[in-house]
Amino acid sequence: MPDSANLKQREEAHWRKTTRLMLTHLGIWFFFSFIIHMFVTPLNKIVIPILGFPLGFYMAAQGSLIVFVVMLFIFARQQDDIDREFGFAEDD
Amino acid sequence: MSTEASASSSDFIKNLGKMYGTYTGGFILFILLLAAMEQFGVPNRILGYLFVFFTLAVYAIIGVMTRTAQVSEYYVAGRRVPAFYNGMATGADWMSAASFVGMAGTLFLLGYDGLAWVLGWTGGFVLVSILIGPYLRKFGAYTVPDFLSFRYGGNFARSLGVIVLVACSFTYVTAQIYGTGLIASRFLGMQFELAVFAGLVGILLCAMLGGMRAVTWTQIAQYVVLIIAYLTPIVILSTKKYGIPIPELTYGQAIAEITAREQQMVATGLATVAGLKPHISPFINYSPLNFFAIILCMMVGTASLPHILMRYFTTPSVREARQSVAWSLLFIFLLYFSAPAYAAFSKLEVYTNIIGANVSALKPWIFNWGELGLIQICGKNAGSIDAIVAACKAIAGHPGVVRLQDFVINTDVIVLSTPEIAGLPYVISGLVAAGGLAAALSTADGLLLAIANALSHDVYYKMIDPNAPTMRRLTVARALLVVVAVISAATAATKPADILAMVGWAFSLAMAGNFPALVMGVWWKRTTSTGAICGIIAGFGLCLFYLVVSRYFPGAGVKFFGMTSLLNPVTGAPLVDVAKAMALPNAMESFPTLAHPLANKVGWFNLNNIACGLLGTPLGFAVIYVVSLLGKEPSKEMQDYVDEIRKPRGRTVLEEKTT
Repeated sequence: MPDSANLKQREEAHWRKTTRLMLTHLGIWFFFSFIIHMFVTPLNKIVIPILGFPLGFYMAAQGSLIVFVVMLFIFARQQDDIDREFGFAEDD
Repeated sequence: MSTEASASSSDFIKNLGKMYGTYTGGFILFILLLAAMEQFGVPNRILGYLFVFFTLAVYAIIGVMTRTAQVSEYYVAGRRVPAFYNGMATGADWMSAASFVGMAGTLFLLGYDGLAWVLGWTGGFVLVSILIGPYLRKFGAYTVPDFLSFRYGGNFARSLGVIVLVACSFTYVTAQIYGTGLIASRFLGMQFELAVFAGLVGILLCAMLGGMRAVTWTQIAQYVVLIIAYLTPIVILSTKKYGIPIPELTYGQAIAEITAREQQMVATGLATVAGLKPHISPFINYSPLNFFAIILCMMVGTASLPHILMRYFTTPSVREARQSVAWSLLFIFLLYFSAPAYAAFSKLEVYTNIIGANVSALKPWIFNWGELGLIQICGKNAGSIDAIVAACKAIAGHPGVVRLQDFVINTDVIVLSTPEIAGLPYVISGLVAAGGLAAALSTADGLLLAIANALSHDVYYKMIDPNAPTMRRLTVARALLVVVAVISAATAATKPADILAMVGWAFSLAMAGNFPALVMGVWWKRTTSTGAICGIIAGFGLCLFYLVVSRYFPGAGVKFFGMTSLLNPVTGAPLVDVAKAMALPNAMESFPTLAHPLANKVGWFNLNNIACGLLGTPLGFAVIYVVSLLGKEPSKEMQDYVDEIRKPRGRTVLEEKTT
């Protein structure tokens, strides 16, 4: 009995952490998908030195995309850490 | 026997790097060889044929070599495709003819507003990884309807899943085959219909014998071809112009020059303030609502498209499924962050060397495309200098130089003509054609397989004959693949008018039909079968209704469903005078052509029908939530299964018979 109660607890704690990670990443995703592009007009007044891109244009053409790629690699790492912490990760 | 097979298969995986490395090197040597042949005077047409036949032959050989008679190999490539390679295959699966050929042209025309597509077609992978993909991998499905059926009580949910899958994949695959035909007919001078069927043979060769296994290893080969083909011309162009071989960095200067030139054109009367759409100004082509709606629908659609989700069923583990999504986006990113560079370089070229040039002094590359009707100057196809001069003379008060309003270019031309604009040898043009073909074929492969698998696995095996022996299941799968392919090729050969809009619709339909049920199925244990079924019907139904009515029955939409004209994003004025259009005799016509004054121009809340998922998806979520709460909690057993899906460790929930 204690074993299964223990498992239940681990499952719940694991899922709480997973959910929190999900919400964090969805927040970042939402910011770089929508919020930042709402300010494109003021951002376009700033020009990136040397490269010459207006910042608002740059964020939609490259900036947000780079964020998405990087966050996916980080997410894969973080979720794996959570799975390992609670013993739910697959064998290597 | 079995140990021998597994030993040779692990050798196969270990040698992947060497194999694809050799392949990539061989492809580059092949390009250099053709370049040398061009110098020795081999005609362009021969070079074009060599490019296309060599690449098609490689795909076919891979297809034949990886043929299989095992169910799990056929449906999920034996679940042993490493994350990195699965990412590459997904990249090719994802990037279609529309991405390869059309994206840069869209950015050329729409400027900043076109970036909605760039954002929408990349950010969705975040949702795939966080919300859905890895959980479906753990579940152990062969197809997306497999999951719906298991989680939501059987074959009714399964058949809804199949309907959604076929609806969105079929419109999408038709567009790919159309693209294949277009490229083949332009570069090989084949007849369009013939080219469509030639492309089809290429697709079938890969997919038929080996299913997912063959498609996977072919798609990796296709990714290599398409990314080399896409990047080579602009890398050369960037080096020529700015001395740095990284176009993604140097096109900032091109944008600054475009902006300066735009003001100059207005000042010198080459463009009118009303006619000019500044490249970096937002919300000129789409209202802010539609701009953000397109981003959201394409992103959520990504996370709901069955041919993408099923790619993550092939990884060896849940962990690798997650890593694989990250690799996928990296490989896709390489193309998408280069597309705006294409657009900027072409626009600068057009603005400086065509607009303001004397009509009798235009460069010859324009006429190659003008003959095909893809570039028009002064309202006539720019087939020759005489034709243009005559056309411009016919316009009263024409100054004799090309003005912005005189120049019209088809969006497909931008990528295909860049090598010529830059004055590169023909071999680069042939390379671009081979790349476009690879993009179209790889996506078509994945889509056809998704449809055929749903029909053979979900409909035939699970619903009609659960006792069918393996051989018969695979035979049925292959036969259905051919049938679906022929039907979609026949549809493509009729050249349906709104082929590109249909790609957008596929995303919205997938989003409204699949996303709420998939996400809630994993993230909310309380979701009941009745709730999910009602949610799929309501969400998918509303989305389908909105786009069918606004496109095919616009008169009825206005008369019975309170639709109004969409608004011009700059002035806020209605696009059509609805009262006047309704008074016309053809107002209530069904299935009107795009020329109909109301088609695609009416709707609710000024929302484009491409973004119909924005209406259907929230409704789907709401219905699932409310109906689930009204019903009885799902069984303890089902809730335990959901717990299992959430933990990467352990056996898959669904165990398929494999023999």
